Amino acid sequence: MDITIPVLILAIPLFMFLLLGLVGVKMSHKLAGTLGTLGMGTVLVLSYFTAFTYWFSGSPEFIDGTNRLQYTVFNMEWLRFTDFLSIRLGFLLDPISALMLVVIPTISFMVHVYSLGYMKGEKGFQRYYAFLSLFSFSMLGLVVATNIFQMYIFWELVGASSFLLIGFFYTLPSAVSACKKAFIVTRFADLGFLIGILILSFYTKQLDFLPMTQNPAEVLQQFGGATFMGASVLTWALVLIFTGGMGKSAMLPLHIWLPDAMEGPTPVSALIHAATMVVAGVYLVARLFPLYMLEDAALTFITVVGAVTAFYAACVACAQIDIKRILAFSTISQIAFMMVSLGVAARNGEAIHEGLGYMAGMFHLFTHAMFKALLFLGAGSLIHAVHSNNYTAMGGLRKYMPITHITFLFGCLAIAGIWPWAGFFSKDEILSACYANSTLWGVWMTVVAGMTSFYMFRMYFLIFWWDEPDYAARVKEQEAHGHHASMPHESPITMTLPLIFLAIVSFCCGWIPFGQLVTFDGHEYHIHIDWGVASVSLIVAAVAIAFAAFLYLKKNDKPARMADSCRWLWTAANRRFYWDEIYLWITHNIIFDGICKPIAWFDRHIIDGTMNGLAYVTNRASVAIKGFQSGKVQMYIWWYLIGALLLGIITAVCVL
Amino acid sequence: MDYSQFLALKQEIGLLIIFLLVFLYDTFAPRKSQGALPVIATLLMGVLTLWGFCPTVKADAVAFAGMYVTSPVMVAIKNILNVGVVIVLIQSIKWANSEFVAVRRGEFYELILLTLLGMYFMISSRHFLMFIIGLETASLPLCALVAFNKNHYESHEAAIKYVLTAVFSSAVLLMGLSFVYGLCGTLYYEGIALMCGSQFGVMMAVALAFVMAGFGFKISLVPFHLWTADVYQGAPTSVTSYLSVISKGSAAFAFLVVLTQVFGTLYSAAWEWMLYALIILTITVGNLFAMRQVNMKRFLAFSSISQAGYIMLAVIGDNPMGVSALMFYVLVYVFSNLAAFGVIGAIENATGKLLMTDYNGLYKTNPRLAFTMMLAMFSLAGIPPFAGFFSKFFVFTSTLNGTSSAALYVLVLIALINTIISLYYYLLVVKAMFINDSETPIATFRSACSERLGMWICVAGIMGLGIISYFYDYLLTVVI
Repeated sequence: MDITIPVLILAIPLFMFLLLGLVGVKMSHKLAGTLGTLGMGTVLVLSYFTAFTYWFSGSPEFIDGTNRLQYTVFNMEWLRFTDFLSIRLGFLLDPISALMLVVIPTISFMVHVYSLGYMKGEKGFQRYYAFLSLFSFSMLGLVVATNIFQMYIFWELVGASSFLLIGFFYTLPSAVSACKKAFIVTRFADLGFLIGILILSFYTKQLDFLPMTQNPAEVLQQFGGATFMGASVLTWALVLIFTGGMGKSAMLPLHIWLPDAMEGPTPVSALIHAATMVVAGVYLVARLFPLYMLEDAALTFITVVGAVTAFYAACVACAQIDIKRILAFSTISQIAFMMVSLGVAARNGEAIHEGLGYMAGMFHLFTHAMFKALLFLGAGSLIHAVHSNNYTAMGGLRKYMPITHITFLFGCLAIAGIWPWAGFFSKDEILSACYANSTLWGVWMTVVAGMTSFYMFRMYFLIFWWDEPDYAARVKEQEAHGHHASMPHESPITMTLPLIFLAIVSFCCGWIPFGQLVTFDGHEYHIHIDWGVASVSLIVAAVAIAFAAFLYLKKNDKPARMADSCRWLWTAANRRFYWDEIYLWITHNIIFDGICKPIAWFDRHIIDGTMNGLAYVTNRASVAIKGFQSGKVQMYIWWYLIGALLLGIITAVCVL
Repeated sequence: MDYSQFLALKQEIGLLIIFLLVFLYDTFAPRKSQGALPVIATLLMGVLTLWGFCPTVKADAVAFAGMYVTSPVMVAIKNILNVGVVIVLIQSIKWANSEFVAVRRGEFYELILLTLLGMYFMISSRHFLMFIIGLETASLPLCALVAFNKNHYESHEAAIKYVLTAVFSSAVLLMGLSFVYGLCGTLYYEGIALMCGSQFGVMMAVALAFVMAGFGFKISLVPFHLWTADVYQGAPTSVTSYLSVISKGSAAFAFLVVLTQVFGTLYSAAWEWMLYALIILTITVGNLFAMRQVNMKRFLAFSSISQAGYIMLAVIGDNPMGVSALMFYVLVYVFSNLAAFGVIGAIENATGKLLMTDYNGLYKTNPRLAFTMMLAMFSLAGIPPFAGFFSKFFVFTSTLNGTSSAALYVLVLIALINTIISLYYYLLVVKAMFINDSETPIATFRSACSERLGMWICVAGIMGLGIISYFYDYLLTVVI
C-alpha cells in the first residue's frame, strides 16, 4: 500500500492544529470553523478509503484466504538507543486499527460540524478548533501505532489535548479544577503504564507490537517464569500496562476524573469522553490481547475491575440530576462492559468460543461510540435550548424539540439494547461471551444491562415527558434581569444534521457483519444470535423501561417517596459513594501533610541553607584575599617568583 | 639554502604584506587621506582572514629544518585569531579616528599586526628559539600599545607594570629553557621529548615550573596574573580586548602544543599536577576577585582570568578532543568577550563611563546595547542555548574523555561550582542593566556604524556557534 494516504491522515489534522493555533486568531470564526471541518472531512474520506481498502480490496497484503493479516504501512526509526532497542514511528493496519480509523474520523467530523452551531460566538472559537484537530491527530496516531512507545507518546498527547479541551472555558474555576483533576489522575495511571512498558521491553528487548503479539510463546519464554511477590512478572507488566488503560478508560478506582470532565464543551464530551479517548484503554488491552491471553491472572483482574465498575457506575447513574453526569456514568459503565467482554474472552491461554468476547468488545466499542456520541450531542442540544445541565430545568421538551427528541430516543433504545437497534447486537454478544465464561459474570452483566435501560429511560422520561416547567415565566424572569432569553426551541441545522446522521447509524449499524471484519486472530467469525440470552436481556430491558415509565412518565410523588424510604442509599449514590471525598482525604492528610510538608522543610532549610552557606563562604573568601591584588608591581613579581618556585619544588619533592 | 621553503609560511607572508602596505600607506599617504587608514587596514585583514579558509592554505608543510610547521590545525587556530582581530579592528575604527588617537593611529595598526605575526610563529614553531622570537614579537609591541593613551596616567602605569612583569617572566622562561637545553642538548620539541627522561629529576621539574610560569604570564594563570587587572584597566579598550582575547588565545594554544609535544609523554604526571593546581587557583581566585569589581574593564579582567582556567581544562585531558575543545572555546570566547568589550567601548567612546553603577537602567535608554551585553554575559557564564554553554560543555567532556581518574572528576566538579559563582557576578551586570533604576542613566545614543557591525557579528556568533554543530564538528575533524 502506498504510504501517501496514511501519512496524510496524520499530517492533515496536525497541520490544521498548527495553522489554526498559530494564525487562527487572525481568522474569522467562520473561516476557522470551515477550515477545521473541511480538514476533518478530508481525513474522514481518506481514512474510510484506507479502512475499506484494508477490508474489502482482497489484496494479498491484507488477507490470506479468509485470514486477515496485520500490515505495517511504514515503520521508520526515530530514536536508536541500543542495537536492539529503538523507538519507531509507524502506521499499522489491522482489523482493530481499521475499525478505529472509521470510528474516530466519523465522530470527530460530526463533532466538527455540530460545533459550528454549538460553539457559535464563543470566545476562543479558533482555539477550540485547533484543539479538536490536535486531539484528532493524537487519537489517530495512537490507534495506528506500531509499537508500544509510539502508543505511549500519542497516549500522552491525547491526555494533553483532553486537558486543554476540558479546560477550554478557563475562566470558570470548576473547568480549571476539572482539567487539572483529569490530567493528574490519568498521568498517575500512566506512571503504571510506563513502568509496565519498561518491564515488558526489558524482558522482550523490543517495543514493537507485531513480534510480540504474533509470537506470544516467545515472550513467555523471554520472561522465563520470573516472579515477583507471588505473581509472575509478566502478569505484573500486563496489569501495570492495564493501569494506564484504567486511568484513560475511567475504571474504578481511577474513574473520578470523568464526571468532572463534563465541564468541557458538550461536543468535546461527545468526542473525547464518550466515543474515542476513553476507549483507548479497551483498545490497549485489545492490541496486546495475545499477551493477556498468556496470563489468566491479568485477564481475571480486568474482568473483576470491569464488572465492579459497570455495576458501580450504573448505580450512581440512577441517582444523578445533571444529565451530562448521567451520561458520563453511563459511559463508564459501558466501557466497563467492553473490558469485561475482553476479560472473559479467554481462559488457560485458549480463546473461549473462538474469541467471541474479543469480537463483542470491539463491536460494542463501535456501536457505543455511535450512540453515545449521539446521546451527548443530543444532551448538548438540550443544554443549548434550556441553558441548564439539570433535568429539573427540563421536562415536556418533546413538543419543543422534535428532532432532538426522536434522535435521543433512538440513542436510548440503542443503549438499552432493544432489537433492532445497534446496542442489542453488541450487548447480546457480550452477554453470550460472559455466559460462555461463567454464569456469575453472565447474570451480573445482565443485571447491569437492566439497570442501564432503567437509568437511561429515567433520564429520557424526565427530560421529554414528566411535567413541563413554566418556560414562559422563566423567560420573563430572565428578561427582567436583562438577559436575552427565549422559549426552548429546536437547534440549528448544523447541530441537528449530525444528530440525524448518528441516529440512523445507531439504528442500523447492528446489521454490519462485524464478525467478518474484526476478530482477534483474523479468522472470520460467524455471528449467530443466541436467542436464549437475547430474549432474557430483551425481557430485562423491557421490564426496566416499563418500570422507568411507571415512575417517571407523568409527574407524581412516587420517585420522591422511593428516595425517602431509603434516603441514605440515595444520598450515597448521588454523592457517587464518596469516592471524591476519600481521594481528598488521602491527598490532604497523607500526601500533603505526610509527604510534601517534610520535603518542603528539607528544601527550605537544608538545601537553601547549604546554598546560602556557600554564598556566605564565597563572599568571606573574596574579602579575605583582597590584599593579594595590592597594586604594587614589586609584590606582583614576588608572588610570581614564589609561585614558580613552589610549583617546581612541590613537583620535585612530591611527584617525581 | 632552499628559499622555496619560505612558501610554506603562507599566512605569515600574507600578514607581513598587509603590515608593509599599512606601514607604507601610513608613511606616504597624503594627510587628508590618512583617515581611511583604519578602514583599509580592517579590509586588508578581512581579506587575509577569508584567504585563510582557502584549501590551498591548509596543506601540511615544514620549513627551516623542522623549526616551523603548519597543518590544518594550525591554520584553523590562526583563522580563529584572524576572525577575532578583524572584530577588534572593526570595533576600534571609531576610536582610531578620534581626536587624540588620530595622529598615532598608524602605529596602533602596525603594532597589532606585528604582534599577530609573533603569535603565528609562537603557534607554528617546533623549536624553542623560534618560539622565543615569536613570543617576544608578540609581547614587546603590546607594551607600547598598552601605553597608547599617553596623556593618561593610568595608561603609563599599566605599561610599566606590563613591561616589568613581561621582562621578568621572559627571563624566568628563558632560565627554564636554558635548563632544558643543558639537560637535553637540543631545543627542538621532538628532540627534547626524546631526550628528557625521569633521570633529570629536580632540575627538570624546576625547568618545567619556569616554563609554566612563562606561559602563565601570557595566559594570566594565578599566581602569575597579577598584572592583568591593572593593565586591562589602564590600557585603551581596544587594546584590552585584543590582549584578553587574541593574545590569550594564541598563548593557550602554544601552551597546549608545548605541554603535549615536549613534555607530553615522560613528564605528563608532573605537568598535569602543576596544571591541576593552577587551574583550581585560577578559576577560583579569578571568580572571587571578579565578584567585587566595580570598574567594567577590571571586572572583565578577572572574568578573563577565570575563563583562562576553563581553557586550561582542555589541555589537562591530554587528548585530541581537548585540542578541538580548546579551539572551540577560544572561538566562542572571542565572540562573547568581544561583544562585551564592544558594548563597553561604545559606551566609553560616547560617554566616557566605565563603572558598573553607570550601567544601571541601561535597558531603558539603550535596549540593544543592554541586550548585546546580556547575551555576552550569558554566553560567558555558560547558559544554554548560547555558545558559551557548548564550549564549556565540550571542555568538560574533553577533560573527562577516556579517563577514570577521580582527581579529574573532582577538578570538573570544582569548575562546575565555580561556574555557579561566576553566574552571580555575570548576572550582577545584567541586573544592573535591566532591574536597577538610576536617576542619571546613560543617555540614549547611537553608536557608530562600525561598532554596531562588530556587535552584530558577535551576537550572531554567540547565538549560532553552539546551535549549529558544523563549527565544532569541523574542528573535531581537523584534529583527528
